Amino acid sequence: MNERASIRREVRITGSADEIWAVAGDPARLTEWFPGVVACEVDGDTRTVTAGAGRAMTEQIVTIDRLQRRFQYRITTPMFRQHLGTVDVVDLGDGTCMVVYGTDAEPAMLALAVGGATGQALTNLRALVEAGGPDAGAGEIAGS
Amino acid sequence: MGRKILFITTDQQRYDTLGCNGGTIARTPVVDRLAAGGIRFERAHPQSVVCMPSRSTILTGQYPATHGVWMNGVPLPPDAPSVADTLHDAGYRTALVGKAHFQPFLDPLLRFEENAMSRTGLPGGMTYRGFEHLELAAHGPTGPLHYARWLAAEHPGAIAGFYRVLDASFQVNGAGGGETSAPQVQENPIERGWYHTDWVADRTIAWLDSLAAGDDWFCWMSFPDPHHPWDPPQSEVGRIDWRDVPLPPGYPERAEDRARIIDAKPRHWRMWYDGTLVTNFEAPARWVPATLSADQVREITARNAVECELIDEAVGRVLQAIEGRGWADDVDVVFTTDHGELGGDFGLLFKGPYHVDGLMRLPLVWRPAPGCRLSPEVVTRPVGLVDLAPTFCAIAGVDAPGWMQGAALPVSDTDADARRFERVLTEWDSELFGIDVHLRTVMRDHWVCTVYRPGTCHDGTEGELYDLDGDPLQQLNLWDDPARRSERDALVADLADHEPRARDPRPLLEAPV
Repeated sequence: MNERASIRREVRITGSADEIWAVAGDPARLTEWFPGVVACEVDGDTRTVTAGAGRAMTEQIVTIDRLQRRFQYRITTPMFRQHLGTVDVVDLGDGTCMVVYGTDAEPAMLALAVGGATGQALTNLRALVEAGGPDAGAGEIAGS
Repeated sequence: MGRKILFITTDQQRYDTLGCNGGTIARTPVVDRLAAGGIRFERAHPQSVVCMPSRSTILTGQYPATHGVWMNGVPLPPDAPSVADTLHDAGYRTALVGKAHFQPFLDPLLRFEENAMSRTGLPGGMTYRGFEHLELAAHGPTGPLHYARWLAAEHPGAIAGFYRVLDASFQVNGAGGGETSAPQVQENPIERGWYHTDWVADRTIAWLDSLAAGDDWFCWMSFPDPHHPWDPPQSEVGRIDWRDVPLPPGYPERAEDRARIIDAKPRHWRMWYDGTLVTNFEAPARWVPATLSADQVREITARNAVECELIDEAVGRVLQAIEGRGWADDVDVVFTTDHGELGGDFGLLFKGPYHVDGLMRLPLVWRPAPGCRLSPEVVTRPVGLVDLAPTFCAIAGVDAPGWMQGAALPVSDTDADARRFERVLTEWDSELFGIDVHLRTVMRDHWVCTVYRPGTCHDGTEGELYDLDGDPLQQLNLWDDPARRSERDALVADLADHEPRARDPRPLLEAPV
């Protein structure tokens, strides 16, 4: 079994790329859509994410590219030997977007443990956006 | 006042580990007595040979394809039905003490309720999947579950004595120990009373003590053992000297015999045996089965038997407590496990996509409430864990809801024949890091037939066919035997005709286990 693993989840969302990017591309809004995250603080290119048990994980923000609508970050806590998370918002040109969330990490099992949550994250993101825009739905999804 | 239900599960226990099933290594007088006074099933199969799908089948009364937990790491959907809900709605008090595992364990964000509830509890008046009371445990001493938190608070010095279930890469640990360096074996100096087996019994008794005499109740007492690691309290290991333990009949001692038998099976058998393929998270990734020695099989078998004895004694304590409450005549006791253990068969340990008796033939004993005056019986016809939920409904006098796919267990072969218990089905699906394996198995009459669907190692033409009458150890694969083609075709057709409904969309894999 490989030490490293690559996990991909995707979802098609009805909404404009700008609407979706307003949530997915804003590192401070993670609590609104990522399951198990109860708090997050952004300080420059460092994001500190707090999980349900109170455990904090530090992340380095690598890319916020509003033109490609790509967000990337690395989890830098020591239990990961490597990590790169990538969120892409792709405009399909028909009023919908494909949002792809990639997790590349070592060790492989942690890639799946964290990357496995991204499917539910994307489901939450879709509900948030399709509920009438990010602002309208934010309160309902937060903490789900 | 109705019949009360004590539902006892173990984890990964073989059929042949009980004295009532012919086992000769572990002494299990308590369960043997239940069997002598009740119904002992000789062909009970799980609908999946791994924990989460199988436990979800027990809870929902549905096949894995239907409830959606198609492999370990897929959480049971929140809208999945639960027999505990049905019983709670009927007025039963409900509890689950021990191992649940309807949601993944490996949960660094603590996003699953089962991992969070030891801290958060249940909201007032709420239930979780129909259980009003839950105290959870797993195989290890660390993590967020109730047992681990209790051990950390009360006996923190005992934690280090347990085997580390995961290695530094969060893989299932393959490190060896004991006297033979057997995988997943460790000497654990913990006091017996602090080990999870006794903890599960203690917490079950405490919950029963909290009930009113007139309450009807359903208690799922779920022991994490004898699932590996094999690290029972060292004070108890001397009960069975591994040097005196005979090798299991399914373990061919000569390496060339093991290789010959495995080579007649679909190719992933040999690939795992040689350590070139790991299809799932159910066995140590870095352990090579071909290195397993006869003495290691003996030592693991002995430790497994010690764990079975501790469970049997813990069950005895709970039954005594029930008697002390004056409920002895009113309680149905059901004892089973979620799936089996290869236990040295074919030179293999642990579990995986291998639909043979070591993993599929389960201990199942139902001792109806003595007040019902049912005669003791042995049922030889095939039944499944999918039949447990409707059985609990029948005991409670509640109609089984339409979403349940099984039927209440038969009380005799005559009853089984009248209600057409003819077959039992088992599924396997795994998709992990680019490797997928898919099996569908039917057991009926004296045949076990497994169809392979296309996957990483299989093109969809492979299969396994065993004649349990002539080859009870399933060492002779008749799939390609022209003389058995008509039986094979009939079984494959029967399997296709009884394919359970699949949940759509299929839930996502969210964690390794």
